[in-house]
Amino acid sequence: MTVPGKATTRLERSAAVTGIGQSAVGRRLNVDPLALTADACLAAIEDAGLRREDIDGLSTYPGSMPTPAGFSGAGITEVQEMLRLKLNWFCGGPELPGQLGSVVNAVMAVATGLAKHVLCFRTVWESTAQGGGGRQGIGSGGGGRFRASGFMQWTLPYGAASAAVWIAMMAKRHFHEFGTTREQMAWIALNARRNAGLNPNAVYRDPMSMDDYMAARMISSPFCLYDCDVPVDGSTAIIVSSVDAAKDLRKPPLVVEAVGTAVHGRPSWDQWDDLTTMALRDAGAMLWQRTDLTPADVDCAQLYDGFSFITLAWLEALGFCGKGESGPFVAGGSRIALDGEVPVNTHGGQLSGGRLHGYGFLHEAATQLWREGGDRQVAGEPRVAVAAAGGGPLGGCLLLRRD
Amino acid sequence: MTKPSRLLPLVTPENEHYWQGGARDELCFLCCQDCSHYVHPPAPLCPECLSRKLAPRAVSGRAVVHTFTVNHQPWIPGFDPPYVVAIVEIEEQPSLRLTTNVKNCAIEDVSIGMPVQVCFEDLGDGVFLPLFEPRA
Repeated sequence: MTVPGKATTRLERSAAVTGIGQSAVGRRLNVDPLALTADACLAAIEDAGLRREDIDGLSTYPGSMPTPAGFSGAGITEVQEMLRLKLNWFCGGPELPGQLGSVVNAVMAVATGLAKHVLCFRTVWESTAQGGGGRQGIGSGGGGRFRASGFMQWTLPYGAASAAVWIAMMAKRHFHEFGTTREQMAWIALNARRNAGLNPNAVYRDPMSMDDYMAARMISSPFCLYDCDVPVDGSTAIIVSSVDAAKDLRKPPLVVEAVGTAVHGRPSWDQWDDLTTMALRDAGAMLWQRTDLTPADVDCAQLYDGFSFITLAWLEALGFCGKGESGPFVAGGSRIALDGEVPVNTHGGQLSGGRLHGYGFLHEAATQLWREGGDRQVAGEPRVAVAAAGGGPLGGCLLLRRD
Repeated sequence: MTKPSRLLPLVTPENEHYWQGGARDELCFLCCQDCSHYVHPPAPLCPECLSRKLAPRAVSGRAVVHTFTVNHQPWIPGFDPPYVVAIVEIEEQPSLRLTTNVKNCAIEDVSIGMPVQVCFEDLGDGVFLPLFEPRA
């Protein structure tokens, strides 16, 4: 199988991240999600040193979507209308290589000249929308006449009503093949909580011990409560600009060195050939085929943790350790710590920072490269960061470079 | 043990062989009449040889647990945890997998590699859910 990586011209390098913004992030904020979106978008535009009149592109994931409750807080049309943007290009939808696939779309729009400054956003309000009832199973609100169709027909009749169940089976297979343990996987959660303690915007900041982790109730083995991210309300915005247009902006442009968008296996939660790798395998491999940089050049890695196991799989997919070796790699938590060889999820991830659904990782990668991390800033002068999002059959990643 | 209150699938001409085969105690998949490849979930053509000559065929019902989880979270009202969700591989073809429940055995006795055999639960509306139990 060939990967479209060895192209002589890598167009993504003509695009850069130039600004970021985030709304308040929290549990049950009871705020209009469109208002949260406005907060994030206006902050990102200002951060880049742009005016809203400069924005000529708009991109989002997953676009307007009424269910599951709170999964999508704003779509393209609402944001264009709210900000009265004059758009030359826009795109919003769920069928992408992960949530950050929407940012890759923006990169391509800028690289091909369809737009100069693309505002990318992702808004969630799952915490408020779910109310006091907690996290619900897919289809559980369907009533007696509900009938499952599409992929859901193969899982819902069996009570496999959540990605927690589907990905737990992938983790279990990894445990079986490679001897990975809960004590090893715990370090993804413990590291996230440790970093969240240094991030004033994270939702769960109290210290967590291995004993706390092991004592937590099980959700779907081997996942306990602390292996699952926490639904929140919040919006994140990222500005992607052409490098030519980025030159005179407020901040040093973060060039998109490479992207990974490949999915070569069957796009399915249970039919994927190697459940231990998920689609991340193909996206990660493609990313490194599009750059001369290597994992050793990465100063921090912001890797999706909707469930803790997904971060283990991204560490393997991106070559920070060998296939099957992520358990021993993270054990003890020193390699992935802020002062470790590859600091991971320096903001607390979605496990402790809140489920901003993919965009939080790119926001943090940019924060670190601009050295705005405050107490959680990695040491030295970080120049290269990777942001990766998605799990199961969805995965996409971007490598950012500050010159 | 009371039967869980399950969500039902929408039965269509494309999937009825799968959901209704249990009425005859048969686990059925589409099979390519040209290259004998089993196709699941159902599709209009064979992904191996692109033939459109697909027809339902019953398999032995023997399978092996590829992976599983013990679910403890109450996702669906009336479908009470704990219960085992598994992905099993059908004996006839390594890539022929499905998500299911393992029943008629203690939860702690389920393991990867465990030989299992199909059994069916009549959900009404003509739907017979393929489940798996330890092979005798």
